[in-house]
Amino acid sequence: MAKKKFVVGCFDDEAVLFPAVKKVRTAGYKIHDVYTPFAVHGLDHAMGLRETSLHTAGFIYGITGTTTALSCISWIFTKDWPLNIGGKPHFALPAWVPITFELTVLFAAVGMVLTFCYLCQLAPFVKKHHFHARATDDLFVMVIECTDKTNAEDLKGFLASNGAVETDIQVAEEGWWLGHYDKDEMRFEAKQTVAA
Amino acid sequence: MASIRTQFEIPGKMKTWSLGLIGVGLVALIFGLVTKGFSSDEHEQVHFWGTLMYNTIFWTLVCNASMFFICVTTLAMGGWQQSFRRIPEAISTLVPIFGSITFAVLLYVVLSDKHHIYHWLDTEAVAKDPILTGKSGFLNAKFFIFWTTLTIGFWSFLGWRMRQLSNEADQAPMDAETGAKFIFRNTVRAALFTVWFALTVGSTVPWLWMMSIDAHWYSTMYSWYTFASSFVSGMSLIALWLIYMKNKGYMELTNQEHLHDVGKFMFAFSIFWTYLWFSQYMLIWYANIPEETVYFKHRVQGPYKGIFFLNLIINFLCPLLILMKRAAKRNYTLVTFMAVLIIFGHWIDFYQMVMGSLSKEHVTLGWLDFGILAFFVGMMIFFVGRALASKPLIPKYHPFLKESVIHQV
Repeated sequence: MAKKKFVVGCFDDEAVLFPAVKKVRTAGYKIHDVYTPFAVHGLDHAMGLRETSLHTAGFIYGITGTTTALSCISWIFTKDWPLNIGGKPHFALPAWVPITFELTVLFAAVGMVLTFCYLCQLAPFVKKHHFHARATDDLFVMVIECTDKTNAEDLKGFLASNGAVETDIQVAEEGWWLGHYDKDEMRFEAKQTVAA
Repeated sequence: MASIRTQFEIPGKMKTWSLGLIGVGLVALIFGLVTKGFSSDEHEQVHFWGTLMYNTIFWTLVCNASMFFICVTTLAMGGWQQSFRRIPEAISTLVPIFGSITFAVLLYVVLSDKHHIYHWLDTEAVAKDPILTGKSGFLNAKFFIFWTTLTIGFWSFLGWRMRQLSNEADQAPMDAETGAKFIFRNTVRAALFTVWFALTVGSTVPWLWMMSIDAHWYSTMYSWYTFASSFVSGMSLIALWLIYMKNKGYMELTNQEHLHDVGKFMFAFSIFWTYLWFSQYMLIWYANIPEETVYFKHRVQGPYKGIFFLNLIINFLCPLLILMKRAAKRNYTLVTFMAVLIIFGHWIDFYQMVMGSLSKEHVTLGWLDFGILAFFVGMMIFFVGRALASKPLIPKYHPFLKESVIHQV
């Protein structure tokens, strides 16, 4: 469990958020993530995220499904247990296409869901730090990771000058953990130390 | 808006090419008419009229697919197509022209009693045949002519109404109320076209024009299959024109994002076509009933074997493997290549649908087919170019235009 220091800026408007993201990036700060109440078009480009490779994974899962289905059925129907079905050839490709298709879709779908959950660190009982509760309601929450050289107070002022309605410094767990949210108490401690 | 070029000027090269292709096509047409069309040999006659039939039907349906594209995107309240909607509109102006040619060809085939093309025209044979007697309420010359007239007439008329409405977006800025009214009127006209499209391309017309060549045989997939074929070629044609116009420096508001969505249509409907191809093939193959397999017998095992499977490779495997990647759908060169390939593939598909039934013993693909294809391509380039030049390329006061400008995939 590695705890890190973050500066959090909350915006209440998309139109303010975009220029702020741009400015924060040009100023050289490292954006940890931006949490939004809904999917915002173009935000991934603005943040400079790379294109996802989930679809490549999906293609590989699909191909695996096709191969599994074809090799399995062809082995069963031609080598292991050949049956005479209406005098049709043992290697009856058209009849296998629906099953091959279904298996391709099944492998691709299940594989992609699992990969997606892995990439987003989503699983039952897995907990992650919430930077701001209103990120699921009406606030756009930008989280910036602090390094040794970052002056957090300056950064807060910088965010506020770029339209943040609320700024905050939090020390929080970066990744995920198992258990309860009460382990996530550092947020309030950090707040107190800042206030003092 | 001042910097945007909204007026298309037909380049000289385009005119030369289109007239050249029409010339080549006319030579092939006249030569074919003399040597085959009016020859005393039945096979030659069937070859000529069959070739004309599948070419005219294919090109009419492909151009009509453009209007269908506009209408369904309108009904879905789509905004992304507005920046290039004048291209499908221009392509759909061909429907009355190609429609009349189709009508003339079909009228000749029916009125001159060509039993070898439509054997349900032979009233004596129909009377002795219980299956054809049962179908004679639908398959008779009067209904054929009546329904064909109505079909092509309404395609042209409803498409024309849709284009007329689009002109209003050039005239004056619209406030919220006029804009909403304009969108509503668009929806009504698009719905009328779509309903008529479903009644014709989605069901009756492919039965009447093409499936009735094998009058005893039927497939419930046939119309959808024809529709999928024509729609995917229609989208490819739109993509080709889009890229051509971009190349010439027009269509500044249209970019890779729009091309990506057009590419998605090409990809998705190629898969949809394959789904129908397979559903039609597999059920008939599996049931193995002689009166059903008669359609596939000479296609899968006879002389059409090569074309039949080439068709599947061009129209399924190539789009699946090449267009699957996101980068491919955003690449102008690859989309151009695939669009040409898809249009050619579905032209071959129409070829085997019609000629595979008319000339079972040997494949007739040759100079006549490519000559007539050249004629239609030339006509298409000529008239679409003229239609594009006749009005502004961007409907600049359309309420949804901004949605198209900021479109992002």
